[in-house]
Amino acid sequence: MDTPESSLTSHPFLEGLTPRHLSIIGECASRVNFKAGQFLFREQEEAAKFYLINHGQVAVEIFRSRRGPITIQTLGEGQALGWLWFDKPYHWHYDARAVQLTRATALDVKSLMHICEQDHELGYALMKRYGQMLAVQFRVITMQMADMYG
Amino acid sequence: MSAASVNLGDEVVMEPEVLQQLLESLRSQGYQVIGPTLRQGSLVYAPLSSLADLPRGWGDAQEGGVFRLRKLKAPIFFGYGVGQQSWKQFLYPPRRRTWQARREENGFQIQLPDEDAVKFAFIGVHACDLAAIAVQDKVFLEGPFTDPHYRARREQAFILAVNCGHPCGTGFCVSMGSGPQVTQGFDLALTEILQGTRHFLVAAAGSARGQQLIAQVPHQKALPEQRQAAANLTAQAARQMGRTLETADLKSLLYRNYENPRWDQVAARCLNCGNCTLVCPTCFCHTLEDTTDLTGTQAERWRRWDVCHTVDFTYLHGGGIRNTIRSRYRQWLTHKLATWIDQFGVLGCVGCGRCITWCPVAIDITEEIQAIRESELTTPPAAKE
Amino acid sequence: MLNPATEPMLPRPFRVLKVGRETADTFTLTLEAAGGGQGFSFAPGQFNMLYAFGIGESPISISGNPERPETLVHTIRAVGAVTRTICGLKKGEILGGRGPFGAPWPMAAAAGQDVLVIAGGLGLAPLRPAVYHLLSHRQDYGNLELIYGARTPEDLLYYKELEGWRGRFDFRVHVTVDAARGEWRGSVGVVPHIIPRARFDPVNTVALVCGPGVMMRFTVQELLAHGLKPENIYVSMERNMKCGLGLCGHCQLGPFFVCKDGPVFRYDQLQDWFLAREV
Repeated sequence: MDTPESSLTSHPFLEGLTPRHLSIIGECASRVNFKAGQFLFREQEEAAKFYLINHGQVAVEIFRSRRGPITIQTLGEGQALGWLWFDKPYHWHYDARAVQLTRATALDVKSLMHICEQDHELGYALMKRYGQMLAVQFRVITMQMADMYG
Repeated sequence: MSAASVNLGDEVVMEPEVLQQLLESLRSQGYQVIGPTLRQGSLVYAPLSSLADLPRGWGDAQEGGVFRLRKLKAPIFFGYGVGQQSWKQFLYPPRRRTWQARREENGFQIQLPDEDAVKFAFIGVHACDLAAIAVQDKVFLEGPFTDPHYRARREQAFILAVNCGHPCGTGFCVSMGSGPQVTQGFDLALTEILQGTRHFLVAAAGSARGQQLIAQVPHQKALPEQRQAAANLTAQAARQMGRTLETADLKSLLYRNYENPRWDQVAARCLNCGNCTLVCPTCFCHTLEDTTDLTGTQAERWRRWDVCHTVDFTYLHGGGIRNTIRSRYRQWLTHKLATWIDQFGVLGCVGCGRCITWCPVAIDITEEIQAIRESELTTPPAAKE
Repeated sequence: MLNPATEPMLPRPFRVLKVGRETADTFTLTLEAAGGGQGFSFAPGQFNMLYAFGIGESPISISGNPERPETLVHTIRAVGAVTRTICGLKKGEILGGRGPFGAPWPMAAAAGQDVLVIAGGLGLAPLRPAVYHLLSHRQDYGNLELIYGARTPEDLLYYKELEGWRGRFDFRVHVTVDAARGEWRGSVGVVPHIIPRARFDPVNTVALVCGPGVMMRFTVQELLAHGLKPENIYVSMERNMKCGLGLCGHCQLGPFFVCKDGPVFRYDQLQDWFLAREV
């Protein structure tokens, strides 16, 4: 059955978590769908969600006046989008737009952070995954900066 | 005097004046006779018109960055070491037009130059230079592609070698196994002996051409003591070698020391002038240059010796690959003593010492190798990344 | 009469049939032997020395279909005197060419395996003949994937052809750029990061990689991390070349002459030299 829980268990970001932890996370998860062209969020909006992409493709964009948006990254099935916030205010600093029909699991960041504070074992498991995600992001961005196709 | 034919390797004795007849005989066979001569205070290889052109009674003193002609007490013909030039300039000229082309309605027509039939006779080739010719043979004649121009000149060349009997300041042919005694690759080999007032040449033929040449001039079978005198001469030269280079494990030594700090030290001295490549008798790198006339209908391509010490040598759009002196010196030395072995099955160095003598700051290839070896004794080599 | 086969230093005249613009500075020239004559046979991955009359030569990989030797196709970026002249030639004009030179992609050794074709920037040019070969012998290979990265969508070579390949069911094409304007529907990200999206059996996969050094380095790391064997990774190297015959010495890379020992190398044989700097 296509439930928030099943989309949680099938996502690589949460792979290996115990059923108990998955069910705790499931409580702050919701299924979301975006049509092609639809924004997941925009710059300056409150960053309330952490997205696990189950299907489709999302473009991360920066809007430039006169020249329009520039895509700096695309994310697809199995990837995660967003921040787990440790500092305030929680606002997006770029846009995210579905390039095609996209299905994702949205985790409520405030609840998620609250859970992590309550259960450090789960918090550590999540932070490990989050740290790995940031490391990959960092590597990709450094490679982009290297202008490797010139 | 005997007109009987000699066997290959048989040693015969001839008077020094016979050299004149040898030169004349070679010239009459159509050879352009090239040999050592003094020009503007330096020892060069140039066309010889007679025996008088040889640097009789002259020798040299060589050290790192130093070459001096030296008047010898003995009036011998072959008392010199190697000068800055090598025979490479004749077999593989510094600059050569490879073809010219004329633009036509339907493309272009290429014409090859027709000056390729020069027959050289090289007089006074030392063992190290003979080994260098053998190294260049591997480069130009034994790969999947060969150089027809080099082949034409090489196959016709007559080589009159001399055994080296004099101390060599910067050379290390003994270490490289290339001298001072010539062992192969010659048509005629001479050893010049001066014992008191007795002055003679011990000669041996290394080819049918050499045999024929000996047969044309007065000669006698060498006596055992004359043969011994010849052997003693090169043995003495071997003992007086100015430099040594330990060749054991040389390739892996250099392969595992690409990041040795010694390269920084030598780079701080190296001027990137390229002298070492130009005087080296084995360096073969060259570039190709294209030109047109003003109308744009005639074009030419020239081959010119190139120098791996320039940034330009590795230039690709956007920049060079070897952008530091360190990397370029490392390339030159590592090519000579390591990668050459993988490329051609032999070392690219014959121990002639020219790169040491003619380096304006006296960088010494043997000293660099020694320093790298010693660095391994004090600190283990960094794993190659 | 000169025999070009025995005179590898002599360019043959070719006539320009067509010039197509790929990007702002890159052009694809279709050529035929001037004055008729036989076609031009080559293996995917080989290159020619192209000659702009009186100006000079440049090593340029062959980008056409190896099974259609009647024309010779080159994709050239106008970056120097020779390549700018060649890119400026018009239909009917003449240029010289000699070759083909160099070691090709391992099309036979890859048979029966999955094949990853991974290109960055202009690196797709020497890989296109390999793609033609893979597609025309489709049944000889397992799963086929192309991963191709460029700075922006405007920098992509063979755009129409990529769309055609993307439409096939037996060939998966991933195109990615570093940055794109809003209308771009493909990926934005770097080639090594796209590798996890490709489908392949790591122990039974051959990867053909061509692009600038930094792109190949990160790509090879990623392939190794995904379990590819070093001996199943092939890279194509670029160096200054003057002769193409292994005689002029310019293209040396450690013990190798890139012109005759490469440009295509098996990674396990090149490894130390590939990672060394300024060699």
